Amino acid sequence: MPRIVVDVMPKPEILDPQGKAIVGALPRLGFDAFSSVRQGKRFELTVDGEVTDQILAQARTAAETLLSNPVIEDVVNVEVVTEA
Amino acid sequence: MSNDSLPLIGDYSAPDTTLNGARIGVVSFPGTLDDRDAARAVRLAGAEAVALWHGDDSLADVDAVIIPGGFSYGDYLRAGAIARFAPMMSRIIDAANSEAKLPVLGICNGFQILTESHLLPGSMIKNDHLKFLCRDQVLRVENNTTAWTNQYDAGEEITVVLKNQDGQYVADEKTLDALEAEGRVALRYVGWNPNGSRRDIAGITNAAGNVVGLMPHPEHAVEAGFGPTTAAGAHTGTDGLGFFSSVLSTLVGGTK
Repeated sequence: MPRIVVDVMPKPEILDPQGKAIVGALPRLGFDAFSSVRQGKRFELTVDGEVTDQILAQARTAAETLLSNPVIEDVVNVEVVTEA
Repeated sequence: MSNDSLPLIGDYSAPDTTLNGARIGVVSFPGTLDDRDAARAVRLAGAEAVALWHGDDSLADVDAVIIPGGFSYGDYLRAGAIARFAPMMSRIIDAANSEAKLPVLGICNGFQILTESHLLPGSMIKNDHLKFLCRDQVLRVENNTTAWTNQYDAGEEITVVLKNQDGQYVADEKTLDALEAEGRVALRYVGWNPNGSRRDIAGITNAAGNVVGLMPHPEHAVEAGFGPTTAAGAHTGTDGLGFFSSVLSTLVGGTK
Protein backbone atom coordinates (compact mmCIF):
# COMPACT_ATOMS: atom_id res chain seq x y z
CA MET A 1 0.00 0.00 0.00
CA PRO A 2 1.53 3.32 -0.99
CA ARG A 3 2.15 5.92 1.69
CA ILE A 4 2.61 9.63 1.48
CA VAL A 5 5.30 10.82 3.87
CA VAL A 6 5.07 14.37 5.22
CA ASP A 7 8.01 15.86 7.13
CA VAL A 8 7.47 18.93 9.29
CA MET A 9 10.25 20.91 11.00
CA PRO A 10 10.23 23.87 13.38
CA LYS A 11 11.05 27.06 11.47
CA PRO A 12 14.77 27.89 11.59
CA GLU A 13 14.17 31.12 13.50
CA ILE A 14 12.05 29.37 16.14
CA LEU A 15 13.96 28.11 19.15
CA ASP A 16 13.45 24.34 19.43
CA PRO A 17 13.50 23.58 23.18
CA GLN A 18 13.25 19.81 22.62
CA GLY A 19 16.19 19.81 20.22
CA LYS A 20 18.16 21.84 22.74
CA ALA A 21 17.50 19.25 25.45
CA ILE A 22 18.59 16.44 23.13
CA VAL A 23 21.83 18.14 22.12
CA GLY A 24 22.56 18.56 25.83
CA ALA A 25 22.03 14.84 26.48
CA LEU A 26 24.13 13.50 23.58
CA PRO A 27 27.59 14.25 25.03
CA ARG A 28 26.60 12.56 28.27
CA LEU A 29 26.45 9.31 26.27
CA GLY A 30 29.72 10.00 24.52
CA PHE A 31 28.19 11.34 21.29
CA ASP A 32 30.34 14.44 21.09
CA ALA A 33 30.27 15.17 17.36
CA PHE A 34 26.94 17.02 17.21
CA SER A 35 26.71 20.75 17.81
CA SER A 36 22.97 21.16 17.25
CA VAL A 37 19.77 19.08 17.11
CA ARG A 38 16.39 20.08 15.77
CA GLN A 39 13.41 17.81 16.29
CA GLY A 40 10.64 17.56 13.73
CA LYS A 41 7.70 15.32 12.91
CA ARG A 42 7.13 12.68 10.26
CA PHE A 43 3.61 11.73 9.19
CA GLU A 44 2.77 8.66 7.10
CA LEU A 45 -0.53 8.85 5.24
CA THR A 46 -1.59 5.48 3.87
CA VAL A 47 -3.55 5.45 0.62
CA ASP A 48 -5.78 2.58 -0.45
CA GLY A 49 -4.89 2.23 -4.10
CA GLU A 50 -2.94 4.46 -6.43
CA VAL A 51 -1.65 7.88 -5.41
CA THR A 52 -3.12 10.22 -8.00
CA ASP A 53 -2.10 13.85 -8.50
CA GLN A 54 -5.35 14.80 -6.81
CA ILE A 55 -4.60 12.69 -3.73
CA LEU A 56 -1.06 14.09 -3.54
CA ALA A 57 -2.47 17.61 -3.77
CA GLN A 58 -4.85 16.74 -0.95
CA ALA A 59 -1.92 15.55 1.16
CA ARG A 60 -0.05 18.81 0.49
CA THR A 61 -3.07 20.86 1.54
CA ALA A 62 -3.52 18.72 4.68
CA ALA A 63 0.17 19.20 5.45
CA GLU A 64 -0.15 22.99 5.22
CA THR A 65 -3.45 23.30 7.10
CA LEU A 66 -3.59 20.60 9.78
CA LEU A 67 -0.29 18.72 10.01
CA SER A 68 1.77 21.89 10.40
CA ASN A 69 1.25 25.33 11.88
CA PRO A 70 2.82 27.81 9.43
CA VAL A 71 3.52 30.24 12.28
CA ILE A 72 6.08 27.92 13.86
CA GLU A 73 6.68 25.09 11.38
CA ASP A 74 7.63 24.39 7.76
CA VAL A 75 6.54 21.44 5.65
CA VAL A 76 9.95 20.36 4.35
CA ASN A 77 8.99 17.26 2.40
CA VAL A 78 5.94 15.55 0.88
CA GLU A 79 6.74 12.37 -1.01
CA VAL A 80 5.18 9.11 -2.09
CA VAL A 81 6.80 5.96 -0.75
CA THR A 82 5.88 2.68 -2.42
CA GLU A 83 7.37 -0.42 -0.90
CA ALA A 84 7.20 -3.95 -2.17
CA MET B 1 -3.00 37.30 59.64
CA SER B 2 -6.62 38.32 59.76
CA ASN B 3 -9.01 37.07 57.15
CA ASP B 4 -12.19 37.77 59.04
CA SER B 5 -13.56 39.88 56.24
CA LEU B 6 -12.92 37.18 53.65
CA PRO B 7 -15.19 34.18 53.27
CA LEU B 8 -13.28 30.93 53.73
CA ILE B 9 -15.10 29.35 50.84
CA GLY B 10 -17.40 30.59 48.10
CA ASP B 11 -19.86 33.26 49.00
CA TYR B 12 -23.11 32.31 47.38
CA SER B 13 -24.99 35.45 48.33
CA ALA B 14 -26.20 37.51 45.40
CA PRO B 15 -23.46 39.61 43.80
CA ASP B 16 -23.59 43.36 44.40
CA THR B 17 -24.20 44.04 40.76
CA THR B 18 -26.56 41.53 39.26
CA LEU B 19 -26.58 41.43 35.50
CA ASN B 20 -29.68 39.41 35.00
CA GLY B 21 -29.83 37.38 31.88
CA ALA B 22 -26.16 37.42 30.84
CA ARG B 23 -25.33 33.96 29.54
CA ILE B 24 -21.66 33.01 29.24
CA GLY B 25 -20.87 29.80 27.38
CA VAL B 26 -18.02 27.55 28.56
CA VAL B 27 -16.80 25.05 25.95
CA SER B 28 -15.80 21.49 26.84
CA PHE B 29 -13.59 19.41 24.55
CA PRO B 30 -12.35 15.88 25.24
CA GLY B 31 -9.46 16.57 27.62
CA THR B 32 -10.62 19.97 28.87
CA LEU B 33 -9.78 20.38 32.57
CA ASP B 34 -10.92 23.78 33.74
CA ASP B 35 -14.44 24.09 32.35
CA ARG B 36 -16.06 23.71 35.76
CA ASP B 37 -13.74 26.28 37.33
CA ALA B 38 -14.50 28.70 34.51
CA ALA B 39 -18.24 28.13 34.92
CA ARG B 40 -17.89 28.76 38.65
CA ALA B 41 -16.01 32.00 37.96
CA VAL B 42 -18.84 33.08 35.67
CA ARG B 43 -21.41 32.40 38.39
CA LEU B 44 -19.34 34.16 41.05
CA ALA B 45 -19.23 37.19 38.77
CA GLY B 46 -23.01 37.14 38.61
CA ALA B 47 -23.86 35.59 35.26
CA GLU B 48 -25.30 32.31 34.10
CA ALA B 49 -22.78 29.71 32.91
CA VAL B 50 -23.92 27.70 29.89
CA ALA B 51 -22.12 24.43 29.10
CA LEU B 52 -21.24 24.16 25.40
CA TRP B 53 -20.15 20.83 23.91
CA HIS B 54 -17.42 20.83 21.25
CA GLY B 55 -19.40 18.60 18.92
CA ASP B 56 -22.53 20.75 18.98
CA ASP B 57 -23.27 23.15 16.18
CA SER B 58 -25.12 25.86 18.08
CA LEU B 59 -23.94 28.59 20.41
CA ALA B 60 -27.22 28.30 22.37
CA ASP B 61 -27.72 32.07 22.25
CA VAL B 62 -24.88 32.81 24.67
CA ASP B 63 -23.65 36.40 24.99
CA ALA B 64 -19.96 35.48 25.32
CA VAL B 65 -17.79 32.37 25.25
CA ILE B 66 -14.90 31.10 27.38
CA ILE B 67 -12.60 28.42 25.99
CA PRO B 68 -11.05 26.97 29.14
CA GLY B 69 -7.73 25.30 29.81
CA GLY B 70 -6.74 21.68 29.75
CA PHE B 71 -5.33 19.28 27.20
CA SER B 72 -7.91 19.06 24.43
CA TYR B 73 -7.35 15.89 22.42
CA GLY B 74 -4.34 15.15 24.64
CA ASP B 75 -2.40 17.99 22.96
CA TYR B 76 -1.83 15.51 20.10
CA LEU B 77 -0.29 17.00 16.95
CA ARG B 78 0.02 20.47 18.54
CA ALA B 79 -1.78 21.98 21.53
CA GLY B 80 -5.20 23.12 20.29
CA ALA B 81 -4.63 21.92 16.72
CA ILE B 82 -7.39 19.33 16.60
CA ALA B 83 -9.87 21.18 18.81
CA ARG B 84 -9.74 24.05 16.32
CA PHE B 85 -11.71 21.97 13.82
CA ALA B 86 -14.58 21.09 16.18
CA PRO B 87 -18.04 22.17 14.94
CA MET B 88 -18.39 24.46 17.98
CA MET B 89 -15.17 26.26 17.03
CA SER B 90 -16.56 27.06 13.57
CA ARG B 91 -19.56 28.73 15.22
CA ILE B 92 -17.29 30.63 17.63
CA ILE B 93 -14.94 31.80 14.86
CA ASP B 94 -17.89 33.06 12.78
CA ALA B 95 -19.49 34.82 15.76
CA ALA B 96 -16.21 36.40 16.91
CA ASN B 97 -15.62 37.80 13.41
CA SER B 98 -19.23 38.86 12.88
CA GLU B 99 -20.71 42.34 13.24
CA ALA B 100 -21.92 41.36 16.72
CA LYS B 101 -18.31 40.65 17.77
CA LEU B 102 -19.01 37.89 20.26
CA PRO B 103 -16.63 38.27 23.23
CA VAL B 104 -14.34 35.22 23.40
CA LEU B 105 -11.79 34.48 26.12
CA GLY B 106 -9.24 31.69 25.66
CA ILE B 107 -7.38 30.56 28.75
CA CYS B 108 -4.22 28.42 28.47
CA ASN B 109 -5.25 25.60 26.11
CA GLY B 110 -8.07 27.92 25.05
CA PHE B 111 -5.45 30.51 24.04
CA GLN B 112 -3.66 27.80 22.05
CA ILE B 113 -6.95 26.93 20.33
CA LEU B 114 -7.52 30.61 19.47
CA THR B 115 -4.10 30.90 17.81
CA GLU B 116 -4.64 27.65 15.91
CA SER B 117 -8.01 29.10 14.82
CA HIS B 118 -6.26 32.28 13.58
CA LEU B 119 -8.48 34.42 15.80
CA LEU B 120 -5.24 35.55 17.44
CA PRO B 121 -1.76 35.74 15.88
CA GLY B 122 1.31 33.78 16.89
CA SER B 123 1.57 30.37 18.49
CA MET B 124 2.73 28.54 21.59
CA ILE B 125 5.69 26.18 21.84
CA LYS B 126 7.17 24.29 24.79
CA ASN B 127 8.41 26.30 27.76
CA ASP B 128 12.06 27.24 27.18
CA HIS B 129 13.04 25.26 30.31
CA LEU B 130 10.96 22.26 29.10
CA LYS B 131 9.22 21.71 32.45
CA PHE B 132 5.58 21.87 33.40
CA LEU B 133 5.26 24.83 35.74
CA CYS B 134 2.60 25.74 38.30
CA ARG B 135 2.98 28.93 40.30
CA ASP B 136 1.37 32.18 41.37
CA GLN B 137 2.30 34.66 38.64
CA VAL B 138 2.21 38.45 38.63
CA LEU B 139 0.84 40.01 35.44
CA ARG B 140 0.54 43.60 34.32
CA VAL B 141 -2.66 44.67 32.55
CA GLU B 142 -1.26 46.49 29.50
CA ASN B 143 -4.57 47.02 27.71
CA ASN B 144 -7.63 47.68 29.86
CA THR B 145 -9.97 48.48 26.98
CA THR B 146 -10.75 44.94 25.85
CA ALA B 147 -14.03 43.13 26.48
CA TRP B 148 -12.29 41.01 29.12
CA THR B 149 -9.98 43.51 30.90
CA ASN B 150 -11.98 46.74 31.18
CA GLN B 151 -12.54 46.44 34.93
CA TYR B 152 -8.80 46.67 35.63
CA ASP B 153 -6.74 49.84 35.76
CA ALA B 154 -4.19 50.36 33.01
CA GLY B 155 -0.87 49.09 34.33
CA GLU B 156 -2.53 47.30 37.25
CA GLU B 157 -0.56 44.33 38.54
CA ILE B 158 -2.57 41.22 39.35
CA THR B 159 -1.63 37.77 40.63
CA VAL B 160 -3.20 34.65 39.16
CA VAL B 161 -2.19 31.01 38.80
CA LEU B 162 0.02 29.95 35.90
CA LYS B 163 0.24 26.25 34.96
CA ASN B 164 1.46 25.01 31.62
CA GLN B 165 4.03 23.12 29.61
CA ASP B 166 3.52 24.64 26.16
CA GLY B 167 3.35 28.24 27.30
CA GLN B 168 6.09 29.97 25.32
CA TYR B 169 4.39 32.57 23.13
CA VAL B 170 6.14 33.04 19.79
CA ALA B 171 5.47 35.12 16.69
CA ASP B 172 7.71 36.70 14.07
CA GLU B 173 9.23 40.11 14.84
CA LYS B 174 6.89 41.90 12.44
CA THR B 175 3.83 40.47 14.19
CA LEU B 176 5.27 41.30 17.62
CA ASP B 177 6.02 44.88 16.55
CA ALA B 178 2.49 45.25 15.21
CA LEU B 179 0.98 43.86 18.43
CA GLU B 180 3.01 46.37 20.47
CA ALA B 181 2.22 49.29 18.16
CA GLU B 182 -1.51 48.57 18.19
CA GLY B 183 -1.67 48.07 21.95
CA ARG B 184 -2.70 44.47 21.48
CA VAL B 185 -0.43 43.06 24.18
CA ALA B 186 -3.14 42.74 26.82
CA LEU B 187 -1.07 41.22 29.62
CA ARG B 188 2.62 40.86 30.36
CA TYR B 189 4.57 38.75 32.84
CA VAL B 190 6.08 40.81 35.65
CA GLY B 191 9.18 39.94 37.67
CA TRP B 192 10.02 36.74 35.85
CA ASN B 193 9.25 35.34 32.44
CA PRO B 194 8.08 31.83 33.33
CA ASN B 195 8.28 30.21 29.88
CA GLY B 196 10.44 32.25 27.52
CA SER B 197 7.52 34.02 25.86
CA ARG B 198 8.58 36.72 23.40
CA ARG B 199 8.58 40.17 24.99
CA ASP B 200 7.17 38.72 28.24
CA ILE B 201 3.76 38.40 26.57
CA ALA B 202 1.19 36.59 28.74
CA GLY B 203 -1.93 37.54 26.80
CA ILE B 204 -3.03 39.33 23.64
CA THR B 205 -6.19 40.70 22.07
CA ASN B 206 -7.51 40.95 18.54
CA ALA B 207 -7.85 44.40 16.96
CA ALA B 208 -11.52 44.73 17.94
CA GLY B 209 -10.83 43.81 21.58
CA ASN B 210 -13.53 41.13 21.74
CA VAL B 211 -11.15 38.15 21.50
CA VAL B 212 -8.55 37.80 24.26
CA GLY B 213 -6.22 34.88 24.97
CA LEU B 214 -3.84 34.37 27.87
CA MET B 215 -1.75 31.52 29.26
CA PRO B 216 -2.33 32.11 33.00
CA HIS B 217 -5.60 31.14 34.68
CA PRO B 218 -7.78 33.96 36.04
CA GLU B 219 -10.57 31.43 36.75
CA HIS B 220 -8.39 29.94 39.52
CA ALA B 221 -8.20 33.32 41.29
CA VAL B 222 -11.84 34.20 41.89
CA GLU B 223 -12.64 32.83 45.31
CA ALA B 224 -10.99 33.51 48.66
CA GLY B 225 -9.74 30.26 50.11
CA PHE B 226 -8.70 28.83 46.75
CA GLY B 227 -6.75 31.57 44.98
CA PRO B 228 -3.10 32.62 44.91
CA THR B 229 -1.40 33.68 48.10
CA THR B 230 -1.39 37.42 48.71
CA ALA B 231 -0.27 39.80 51.43
CA ALA B 232 -3.66 39.23 53.05
CA GLY B 233 -2.90 35.55 53.57
CA ALA B 234 -2.62 32.14 51.94
CA HIS B 235 -4.93 31.51 48.98
CA THR B 236 -6.82 34.77 49.44
CA GLY B 237 -6.24 36.17 45.92
CA THR B 238 -9.25 36.95 43.76
CA ASP B 239 -7.54 39.13 41.15
CA GLY B 240 -8.88 36.97 38.31
CA LEU B 241 -12.49 37.95 38.91
CA GLY B 242 -11.98 41.14 36.89
CA PHE B 243 -11.94 39.18 33.61
CA PHE B 244 -15.43 37.90 34.28
CA SER B 245 -16.86 41.15 35.62
CA SER B 246 -15.29 42.92 32.62
CA VAL B 247 -17.25 40.91 30.09
CA LEU B 248 -20.46 41.50 32.02
CA SER B 249 -19.74 45.21 31.92
CA THR B 250 -19.10 44.92 28.18
CA LEU B 251 -22.40 43.11 27.66
CA VAL B 252 -24.45 45.80 29.40
CA GLY B 253 -22.69 48.43 27.34
CA GLY B 254 -20.64 49.70 30.22
CA THR B 255 -17.49 51.67 29.64
CA LYS B 256 -14.77 52.60 32.02
